[in-house]
Amino acid sequence: MRAIVRNASLRSFRVWQRDMDVYLTNWKTEFLPPLSEPVLYVFAFGFGLGSLIHRVPYEGRDLTYIRFMAPGIVSIAVMFWSYFETTYSSFVRMYYQRTFDAILATPLLVEDVILGELLWGTTKALIASTIMLGILWALGLVAWPSGLWVIPVALAGGAMFSAMGLVVTAVTKNISSFNLPMFLMITPMFTFSGTFFPVGILPKWAVWIAWCLPLTHVSYVVRAAVLGLPRAQVVWSCLYILGFAVVFTALALKLMKRRLIQ
Amino acid sequence: MVTRTTKPAIVARELSKRYGDLEAVRGVSFEVGTGEIVGFLGPNGAGKTTTVRMLSCFLPPTSGTASIHDVDVRERPREVKQLIGVCPQEDNLDPDFHVMKNLLVYGRYFGLPRKVVRDRAIELLAFVALSDKAHAEIQALSGGMKRRLVLARALLNEPKVLILDEPTTGLDPQARHAIWDRIRSLRSHGTTVLLTTHYMEEASQVCDRVIVMDGGRILLEGSPLELVEREVGRTVVEAWNYHEDFVQFLHSLPGRLEEVADRLYFYPDESDHVDRLLEQRFPHQERLIRRATLEDVFLKLTGRALRD
Repeated sequence: MRAIVRNASLRSFRVWQRDMDVYLTNWKTEFLPPLSEPVLYVFAFGFGLGSLIHRVPYEGRDLTYIRFMAPGIVSIAVMFWSYFETTYSSFVRMYYQRTFDAILATPLLVEDVILGELLWGTTKALIASTIMLGILWALGLVAWPSGLWVIPVALAGGAMFSAMGLVVTAVTKNISSFNLPMFLMITPMFTFSGTFFPVGILPKWAVWIAWCLPLTHVSYVVRAAVLGLPRAQVVWSCLYILGFAVVFTALALKLMKRRLIQ
Repeated sequence: MVTRTTKPAIVARELSKRYGDLEAVRGVSFEVGTGEIVGFLGPNGAGKTTTVRMLSCFLPPTSGTASIHDVDVRERPREVKQLIGVCPQEDNLDPDFHVMKNLLVYGRYFGLPRKVVRDRAIELLAFVALSDKAHAEIQALSGGMKRRLVLARALLNEPKVLILDEPTTGLDPQARHAIWDRIRSLRSHGTTVLLTTHYMEEASQVCDRVIVMDGGRILLEGSPLELVEREVGRTVVEAWNYHEDFVQFLHSLPGRLEEVADRLYFYPDESDHVDRLLEQRFPHQERLIRRATLEDVFLKLTGRALRD
């Protein structure tokens, strides 16, 4: 751990900058999904599915389905954009393109590369969720200004999911092995983390499991911000997210270092 | 011709690398003088790549020390990497950027100002004859062009020491000579070059000195000419379709005789009269007499059996 602190440097910004440059080169295809996804979701689930569901009781309020679900899709974006960046995309850079090897021939150290990748994964989550927030705000689905709290939450949540993704990448032998954590971890979170329905309506044992999942905490805090519902429990969820982010960042550094230096 | 100065650019002492039970490098010690071009020669698995990867701070040595211009590779990797340029065995150009952008992004990793990098990149692209490809995609480059670009990239930080791991493997003769010309022209800049190769021609064409490695150890070192004369002498007689009496005759001469498959190699101690002698005694024997090369040294030292 001491070595990590000693070896980390501002040079990790160079790695972030490299990824950002690629992103800006392909900005047309990169910007489109976070712009179009919320619109699609709002129409399909909000107006389609939502017309079958009258009211969603949530934290003492009666919400339309679309209002309930909107913060859910922002939370999902935080997870997907960071997790996919540090799994599939980082793996391609590490394994197929040997980008990390090229960088390691310069004054950058392994720690810089890892932190740069985490920073970039976090940035992707931040960009996507901010764009989505803007669209949902334009559709009148975001309370103002409490909705702005989504931005720091996306930052912390993005850092957490980036680190979790990089931990998976560090122990993954080939790209098709990403299907396993996808099936075991990401898909269950996508569906059961208070994204499309309130966690509370699940059977008691399932509620318990749901609150162990990182995305449940992200969606809880994001929803509190988007709906303007200040609750004490938000603090606990934030601590959970920050704690997980720190632990998984340390783990990602340890495991990726082992993977890259033999 | 050899521009060795008193101060070594690279010093390695008892450097070793172990992977579990496998000892890839078993305690090698050597020095490379400033401005010298030194080649590591050896079959696959000899430990050449592992050695240069330890020198370029990719791999931590299991034991031993190494330094570049007195900077320890283990203690101060950032400073070492600022001093060296690395041309890896596997092509790792950034396929997400075009040629020029590859150099610009790479220069940033060294913390060089944008203007400086751009000027150097233009110069270096001219040096490796890629000026007209500045905005080409990496995928559109030929193998030779990619290698030249990797070389240009390795020179971006004006390294004092250039480390090239098999710089010409897989290239056609023109592309290979183009790389050799560039490496030789670096000599005039005083750049120290350390390269690995398993092409004997490469070693004798560009290196002031070669270090022959096998099984993780250094077998011997010296200038290409010196090594050939010392180890196998000046000439080699190769013969085929021979009879037992020819073999017997060669045995009676001072020198070393080797029989491989259906071919005979004779390395005479005294090369001056061998040709005349054989012409008199066996005028119809199919044979050729040629100058001994580094390849003969290499095969003598490492054997003719297949390695992998």
